[in-house]
Amino acid sequence: MDQSLSKIIFGRLSWESIPLHEPILLGTFIVVALGGIAVLAAVTKFKLWGYLWREWLTSVDHKKIGIMYLILGIIMLVRGFADAVMMRAQQAIAFGANQGYLPPHHYDQVFTAHGTIMIFFVAIPLVVGLVNLVMPLQIGARDVAFPFLNSLSLWLTVAGAVLVMISLFIGEFSTAGWLNYVPVANLQNSPGTGPDYYLWALQIAGVGTTLSAINMVTTIIKMRAPGMTMMKMPVFTWTALCSNVLAIAIFPALTGAFALLMLDRYVGTNFFTNDLGGNPMMYWNLVWIWGHPEVYVLVLPAFGIYSEITSTFTGKRLFGYSSMVYATVVITILSYIVWLHHFFTMGSGASVNSFFGIATMVISIPTGAKIFNWLFTMYRGSIRFELPMMWVVAFMLTFTVGGMTGVLLAVPPADFVLHNSLFLVAHFHNVIIGGVVFAMFAGMTYWFPKAFGFKLDEFWGKVAFWGWVIGYWVAWTPIYIVGLMGTTRRVSHFNDPTLQPWFVVAAIGALIIGVGIIGFVIQVAVSIKNREKLRDTTGDPWDGRTLEWSTSSPPPFYNFAFTPVVSDLDAWYDMKDRGYQKPSGGFRPIHMPHNTGAGVIISAIAMVMGFAMIWYIWWLAALSFVSLIAAIIIHTFNYNRDYYVPADEVEQVENARVRPAVAGA
Amino acid sequence: MSIHSEANLDAELHAHGDTHGHGSYRSYTIGFILSVILTAVPFWLVMAHPIANAGVTAAFVIVFAALQILVHTVCFLHVNSEAEGGWTLMAYMFTAILLIITIAGSLWIMYHLNSNMMPSVPAQAANSL
Repeated sequence: MDQSLSKIIFGRLSWESIPLHEPILLGTFIVVALGGIAVLAAVTKFKLWGYLWREWLTSVDHKKIGIMYLILGIIMLVRGFADAVMMRAQQAIAFGANQGYLPPHHYDQVFTAHGTIMIFFVAIPLVVGLVNLVMPLQIGARDVAFPFLNSLSLWLTVAGAVLVMISLFIGEFSTAGWLNYVPVANLQNSPGTGPDYYLWALQIAGVGTTLSAINMVTTIIKMRAPGMTMMKMPVFTWTALCSNVLAIAIFPALTGAFALLMLDRYVGTNFFTNDLGGNPMMYWNLVWIWGHPEVYVLVLPAFGIYSEITSTFTGKRLFGYSSMVYATVVITILSYIVWLHHFFTMGSGASVNSFFGIATMVISIPTGAKIFNWLFTMYRGSIRFELPMMWVVAFMLTFTVGGMTGVLLAVPPADFVLHNSLFLVAHFHNVIIGGVVFAMFAGMTYWFPKAFGFKLDEFWGKVAFWGWVIGYWVAWTPIYIVGLMGTTRRVSHFNDPTLQPWFVVAAIGALIIGVGIIGFVIQVAVSIKNREKLRDTTGDPWDGRTLEWSTSSPPPFYNFAFTPVVSDLDAWYDMKDRGYQKPSGGFRPIHMPHNTGAGVIISAIAMVMGFAMIWYIWWLAALSFVSLIAAIIIHTFNYNRDYYVPADEVEQVENARVRPAVAGA
Repeated sequence: MSIHSEANLDAELHAHGDTHGHGSYRSYTIGFILSVILTAVPFWLVMAHPIANAGVTAAFVIVFAALQILVHTVCFLHVNSEAEGGWTLMAYMFTAILLIITIAGSLWIMYHLNSNMMPSVPAQAANSL
């Protein structure tokens, strides 16, 4: 009786769900709890709750939302990197009689969590964050098309991330790989909470990502400054457009696949089992229809960042702007017809494999064209090797190797040898670290002064740079080699002792990357400390070419007092060239959106609902579902959504920051 | 931007200038009649069996379903080359292409997988004996 009552109240949640018997998890929990309490205490002591709520949590300002996305990405990067170090340590010691320090079940959770977190809660938030922060400024807009939706997207993503983090201390995470593969994730093989944590976290975050993509596409299509035709859009905006169009197209496929797997796990359907006509490979097919284009969702904005930086730091217009745009569009379309190359070995035969193999190889052509465009932009330019440009050069050297191993893997017979090997793992880390992560650091260094009003410290930036670049090569070259020799992925113990030296070198490489991550954190801290010395008073610290550099650093909350009029690609360069003077009077009221807490509230309820569903706490799930719908309906009755900033307030703000900025330049 | 009889009433509602892509009485009527026909014919095909072959019947039903989607998008959702400067049509075409790639590609892949990897039915029967 007592037990059934506790089942009704707590579902399958009990004291046994908390992994007190795992010393590693217990230690982590104590550190996280102490750190969390310290942060909460500090916020309370300095009376920052009101400030945080009013200025940040409820903000609909695209710049603040972008910054919060970036903070989320960096925090989750640290978590994902901790998982990476654990795997590297395990693989460096677990040979022969030594079983290592991680039991296989725990190791499986670590590699699943690492992949899931790095893609969904590091790469996506960092990319979305930079697009949010920069794109509206680049097109001369005052905010995104749907400011409240933007806030909701952010907080839904945070809710997903929090669910993944909770799984560390309550219950367990999935062991089925970063895409939660069936048959491992089927109910009969994983009856625990792992796959359910995965599914609910990603469904909630996925809604956020889809809404954000719709928002960004609408913003780019409808809110460009007058005169900015499609072919006068900055390349970063172009890549943001293609990336988000792709995201709108593919996320429904992922959501659908996850929904079917949820039905399998919760109501006993057989979509992805072997019974009653179900087929596990259909799950692979559906998740990779999302999965391959997703690579381009991430890397296209990265290419955009490299393009902006290359042209700024060589002082030249980008070589082959229109070919860059067409290459981006071609990649967008081609990326949609290559997904089968992730499961060549499944057995769909020669004709199917050849089609997808050739389509994959074709993608390397527009990508190669982009590399040449950057090289030709640099050719005979007056290159300034400042931090962002250093990242670009490191990217070109690193990414090209990853691209070539990718073409190698696109050959189906070669893939039959290398499928699920560490060679493949080294390949995608090569393109994701060398392509996406380097771009995120390049972009954050480049746009940091725009977001905060001061540059990042150069010395610690170089520490971060060399840590990442050297660390990447030391960590992944040995993995390429053992993979080529046939070592498979997701293995927690090896019998062949001759492999051990390679894994020891790889572990050292991971530590060097750690130096890069710590270097970045110190860089931010040191820069905040020395912010007066690093202050950017001009609004244009790098001699930029696009519109985000035409306003002050940081920009006023309305971005531009007057909407800029564009007559050339590289609009700000053109304006500087023609001796543009900032208007000093005649300000008019500016129409802006109100802040709202609805995004935070709706996302918090969604998170509670996810948690209740994971633990079979049905009453709480039903209650939170009803409150979720109610909260959304209540928000639709909020008619007080926008206001006008009075002209004299605009004038005050402009006098305080924007006009001195231009006078200083 | 079509002009309709209640333009004055609507003017206030759409004061923010969002008057693109509204249909006319005529387009709604045509859409209604077409969708009734496109619904009734498949029902008749299935219930009265005018075509003996079930596969051919299914093919007709699918074709009618596809036409039905087109009628809805043109007559009710007002997707045409003028609305929103052509963006609506372009987005619709893009979605259609991706859907076709997804569905056709999945069918192609899973069909080949099935014929290559699954034991044939007689063999399965023999094994289970």
